[in-house]
Amino acid sequence: MRALISLVLGFWRTLSRPAVHLSFGFLTLGGFLAGVVFWGGFNTALEATNTETFCVSCHEMRDNVFAELKTTVHFSNASGVRASCPDCHVPHEWTHKIARKMQASKEVWGTLFGTINTRDKFVAERLRLAKHEWHRLKSNDSLECRNCHSAESMDFTQQGPRAAEAHQGFLVSGEKTCIDCHKGIAHQLPDMAGVEGW
Amino acid sequence: MKKSVLAVLALLFAVAPLQAQDVPHSIAGLRGEATLGGDTMPPPIARTEDSASRRVRNYPEQPPTIPHEIDGYQVTRNANKCLSCHARARTQESGAPMVSITHFMDRDGQFLAAISPRRYFCNQCHVTQQRIDPAVANGFVDIDSLLAAERDKE
Repeated sequence: MRALISLVLGFWRTLSRPAVHLSFGFLTLGGFLAGVVFWGGFNTALEATNTETFCVSCHEMRDNVFAELKTTVHFSNASGVRASCPDCHVPHEWTHKIARKMQASKEVWGTLFGTINTRDKFVAERLRLAKHEWHRLKSNDSLECRNCHSAESMDFTQQGPRAAEAHQGFLVSGEKTCIDCHKGIAHQLPDMAGVEGW
Repeated sequence: MKKSVLAVLALLFAVAPLQAQDVPHSIAGLRGEATLGGDTMPPPIARTEDSASRRVRNYPEQPPTIPHEIDGYQVTRNANKCLSCHARARTQESGAPMVSITHFMDRDGQFLAAISPRRYFCNQCHVTQQRIDPAVANGFVDIDSLLAAERDKE
């Protein structure tokens, strides 16, 4: 303990004293440049890991969830606009994005140690994994859906009569959020026995 | 006698080539005029009708047709999207008709708590509809029209 305290104190003494050999200009400009490099690198890495190509580079994603997505309307549709993995699964706003990225480090651990490296293992875990996402979307009021689908911009007259009625009754009133009704729109569903509304 | 047989034979030979020419037209039917190896242009995929109102049944035992789109609805061992509206407990919120009570019956006539497994896969009987010209004409007349026609005769 005493050794630790003396180590911290020694470190503090070095920090609090002016530099002897390095110039003031080197330290400020060098610090600034190092900051730019670090911050730029950090954001580049953040963006690089926020692409579908990155997600699909793990076979767990490529063979299971991505293969399933391809058959749904969020991949193939009339207008050709499509959602990629991070559009729905990573918050767009910075703070929440970092929080989600930190959570996702466990997924890196998972892929390194093969937690769900077969289809059977994935199917066995599907309900638990789906519940995580349902919970996340339920607690942020389906924020990732609403990044594209805005209730204000929905033209109910152009929707089917059932959709118009449900959206006017439940979505506009705030009684329900997107994920309450729209589970399984982009991936296959787990065993829904006991899930509310099924 | 001989002459008449000859006349019939002559007639047959005269007619035969004509029939042979007519044959491809009558066989081609739905497939169009393409040769066996060739392809025909398929008709465009018709849009599924999407409404909230029920269709009348043509006879009492007919499985009601689905009046709305069901694209992407999962009916698998894990989940049944149809039942998320049509199940007994879901009908108040959804406003959808409840699945018929016959669907709760097993093959011994016993009523179960939920849909009987043999009635689980909705699309085995219930199907969506499209507005298209049917490839084969349908001469179905429902019982009310039949009875009305009988009454008119009397």
